[in-house]
Amino acid sequence: MKLYLKIWRQFNSSSKGEMTDYEIDGVSEHMSFLEMLDLLNESLIQQGERVIEFDHDCREGICGQCGVMINGRAHGPLKNTTTCQLHMRSFKDGDTIYIEPFRAKAFPVLRDLKIDRKAFDSIIATGGFIGASTGQAPEANSIPITYETAEAAFDAAACIGCGACVASCKNASAALFVGAKITHLALLPQGKLEASKRALSMVKQMDEEGFGACSDTRACEIECPQGISVLSIAKMNLEYMKALTFRK
Amino acid sequence: MMESKIPEGPLADKWSLYKSKAKLVNPANRKKLNVIVVGTGLAGASCAASLAEQGYNIKSFCFQDSPRRAHSVAAQGGVNAAKNYKNDGDSTFRMFYDTIKGGDFRSREANVYRLAECSAHLIDHAVAQGVPFAREYAGYLNNRSFGGVQVSRTFYARGQTGQQLLLGAYQALERQAALGKVALYTRHEMLELVVIEGKAKGIIARNLETGQLERHAADAVVLASGGYGKVYYLSTLAMGCNSSAIWRAHKKGAYMAGVSWIQFHPTSLPQHGENQSKLTLMSESLRNDGRIWVPKKAADDRNANAIPEEERDYYLERRYPSFGNLAPRDISSRAAKERIDAGHGVGPMKNAIYLDFSDAIKAQGKDKIEAKYSNLFAMYEKITGINAYKEPMLISPSAHFTMGGLWVDYELMTTIPGLFALGEANFADHGANRLGANSLLQACVDGYFIAPYTIPNYLAGELNLPRPDISHPAFEEAEKEVRRQLDRFLHTNGTLSADYFHKKIGRLLYEKCGLSRSRKKLEEALIEIRELKTSFENDLRITGDNTLNSELEKAGRIADYIELAELMCYDALQREESCGAHFREEYQTADGEAVRNDNEFCYVSAWEWKGLNNEPELHKEPLTFESVELAVRSYK
Repeated sequence: MKLYLKIWRQFNSSSKGEMTDYEIDGVSEHMSFLEMLDLLNESLIQQGERVIEFDHDCREGICGQCGVMINGRAHGPLKNTTTCQLHMRSFKDGDTIYIEPFRAKAFPVLRDLKIDRKAFDSIIATGGFIGASTGQAPEANSIPITYETAEAAFDAAACIGCGACVASCKNASAALFVGAKITHLALLPQGKLEASKRALSMVKQMDEEGFGACSDTRACEIECPQGISVLSIAKMNLEYMKALTFRK
Repeated sequence: MMESKIPEGPLADKWSLYKSKAKLVNPANRKKLNVIVVGTGLAGASCAASLAEQGYNIKSFCFQDSPRRAHSVAAQGGVNAAKNYKNDGDSTFRMFYDTIKGGDFRSREANVYRLAECSAHLIDHAVAQGVPFAREYAGYLNNRSFGGVQVSRTFYARGQTGQQLLLGAYQALERQAALGKVALYTRHEMLELVVIEGKAKGIIARNLETGQLERHAADAVVLASGGYGKVYYLSTLAMGCNSSAIWRAHKKGAYMAGVSWIQFHPTSLPQHGENQSKLTLMSESLRNDGRIWVPKKAADDRNANAIPEEERDYYLERRYPSFGNLAPRDISSRAAKERIDAGHGVGPMKNAIYLDFSDAIKAQGKDKIEAKYSNLFAMYEKITGINAYKEPMLISPSAHFTMGGLWVDYELMTTIPGLFALGEANFADHGANRLGANSLLQACVDGYFIAPYTIPNYLAGELNLPRPDISHPAFEEAEKEVRRQLDRFLHTNGTLSADYFHKKIGRLLYEKCGLSRSRKKLEEALIEIRELKTSFENDLRITGDNTLNSELEKAGRIADYIELAELMCYDALQREESCGAHFREEYQTADGEAVRNDNEFCYVSAWEWKGLNNEPELHKEPLTFESVELAVRSYK
C-alpha cells in the first residue's frame, strides 16, 4: 500500500522542529510499524539524506524503548500495544499518518522521534527499590506471600517504563509510572518496611523532574501497553498520605 | 596463557575452597579502586550493583537510553534453581548432571557445578529484591519443569521472568547510583578496549547522543555485553544486540571460544517478507500441548485444516517417540530444518512447520488451552493476524542464544588480565547447547555471586600499582583508531546501506554456518565473507554526520559481525564432529543423529586473533570429566 507520512523532524533539543511530508509505497500489511520506518529510512539513505531517528530495541513489546505518537495516540490505535508490535494491517492504502515524539517537558527531544527519559531512572534511584544487598538473603520460602498478593504485585511490576502514560496525559504526569512501582513494592512483605520513605522520595523526585500533577482523567491507563491500572495511582496517594500523616 | 584455574579438591567443595582463599581488599581501600562494567543486563547490572555495595567505584555503560532496556528483559520462560521444593529428587548434583548432558559434554565441569550450587541463592536474593515469582495458594513459591529435565526446577514470573529479574538488578543499580557508587553512562557504546602493559585498563566509549569519544580508565574492565546471535540478522534478539565489545577485546588479545555454537530456538515465528527486521519468539512451553507436523506430500498447497490426519507427518513423534514434541531445542530445530529443506515447509514462504493445538483443544477444551496460553495466542494473532484456536500456528527455528563468547577461566577472567567477561558474553557453562531457563541463571550468578569474589581477588593485586591515567599513550592510540574507523564509514560514500550488509552476512551464515554445516559450505562461506568484507569497505553509504547517528552506530557493529562471521566459519570447519548446536553433515548416523567425537574433540576451541586477513590460531583447553561419564545424548 501507499501511505502519506507526516513526521516530526528536529535536529537537536535546542533547535526548532517541524512536521515533514514523506510518501512511501510498497508497504505490506504484514510489516510492523517500525519496519515501515526502516523502509522509509532505506530510501532516505539512497537519496543521500539523514535518516529519521527513532528509538527501539527488542521489537517484542517488552523493553519499553520504542514509542511515538501515531495520529495523536501513544503507540498508535491498538489497545495495550507498543509501537513495535503495531502492524501495518491497522492502516489502509492511501492513509495519512502523523508521527511525533512523546512530548513532555521532562522528556526533551534528542533528535526527530528520539527522546530523553532519564527522568524515569532518576525517580527509581530515589527509592524505587528494596534495599537488599547481595548474597545474604534468607531462604525464599521463609516469608510466604499469598498467590493473590504476588499476582497483584506482578500486575503493577509489569510496567515497561516507555512513557506512554506521560505522553497521553494533558499534565504530562508520571503518576502511573510512579504509582506502579510504589504499588509493586508496597504489596510485598519485603518492600513494606521502606514503603513510606519510598513514597515520599519518589513523589518528591517526580515533581522535581518537571512532571505535572495527576488530575484523574485516566488517559494513561487507556494508552498503557501493559494495561497498568489507575488504581496504582490511588495506592500511591494512599502510601503518600500515610507517610505524611505518620511521619516522625 | 590459557590456564583454567580450576581449584583443587572434590567437585562439590571447589567453590567454597576458592572463596575461602580468595584475596580481599580492605574496605578503606576499595574506594580507591575503579571498575568499568559494559552492559546493564542481568550479568552487568548485577555485577555493577554488587561491587558497588562492597565499596568499589563503578562506571556502568549501556547503549540503550536506560539500563532497564537490556535484552535480558525479553526472556520469558523462567530461571532454574535446585531447591527441591517439589520433593521430586532435585539436587545440586542432578542439576549439574542435566546441564552437563544438555550441553553435550562440551562444558567445564567445575563451572557447571558452581552454577547449580549458586542457583538456590539466586531465588532467595531475587525474592528479597521484590521479584514477584509465581506462588502457590499457600504462599510458597511455585515452579514447573522445562525441556531436557525430569524434575520441577524452573521458577517464573508469568511469561516475563527476564523482565522481573532485570528490574530487580536495575533497581539495585539505580540505588547504588543514588549513593554515588555507580556512575551511569547510558547511550554510550564501548568501541575499544585499552590495554596497558598487558592488562585491561580502560575503554574508549562513544557518547551516542553527541558523538563525542570519551576515555575511561579503571583498574579492571568487565564485559557483560550479551550474545551475538543478531549476526544472523533475523534472530530473536533485540536490534541493538551486537558483538562489538567482545570482538574489539578479542582483537586486543582476548581469546574467543566455542564461537560457532549458536542455539536456534525451535518455536519462533517464521520470516514472512524481505523487509522483516527480526523474528519473534513464542514460548517453548507451547510444545507441551501443541503437536508439530508438516504435510507428508511435498509442496502441498492445501489449507492445514483440509489435510487429513493420515496425510500429516508428526515427524518429532515419529523420530523421537519418548520425547516427541518436547525434544530439546537443538534436536527439534534441526528436525524442522530437515523437513523444510526436503520441500515439506508450509506457509507463504514455505519456510515454516505447523504447531497444532486442535487435538489439545478437543481433549481439554478451548477454555483450558486459553487459560494456559491465551497471552501467546493473542500475541500470535497481533503479529500474524491469524487465530491459532482455529488453524495451526506457523513456526520455524531462528537464531537465539550464543553459547560461544570470550574464553574465560574459572574466575571469569579472559586471557587479558583484568578483563572479565560475564553472562552470554563469555563461553562458559553451557557447552554446545543451552538448556531452557539456564541463561538468566548464568547471567545472574556470574554477576551477583561469582564476580564479587573473583574481581576483588584480582584487584587486591592492583592496589599498590600506579593508577591508570587517560593521558597514557595507549588511550591516545585507541581513541585515534576509533576515530579513523568512524571517519572511514562516513566518507566511504558508496551505494549500500549498513542494513544491506547485515542482511547479506546473516543470510550467508544462515545457509552455510547455521542449523547444519558441512566442509563444502563452510569453505564457500569463507570465500564469500572475504568478498563481502571488500564490498563493505568500498561500497558502504552512511548519511548524516558524526553526532547522533544510528546508521553510524550500525556500521561499526556490522564491520565487527563480518569479521566474527569469518571466525565462526573457521571454528565450525575445524570441529569435525557434531555436538549440540553444531551439526556437521559429514558426522551423523544413518538416521540423521549427531555423532560426537570425544576421542578427538573433547576440548574447548579458543581462538587467538592474528591480524586482519590472517587465519586465527587455535588453542585447546582439554575438558576432563571426573564426576560424570561421557554418554551418547539420546532422546529417542
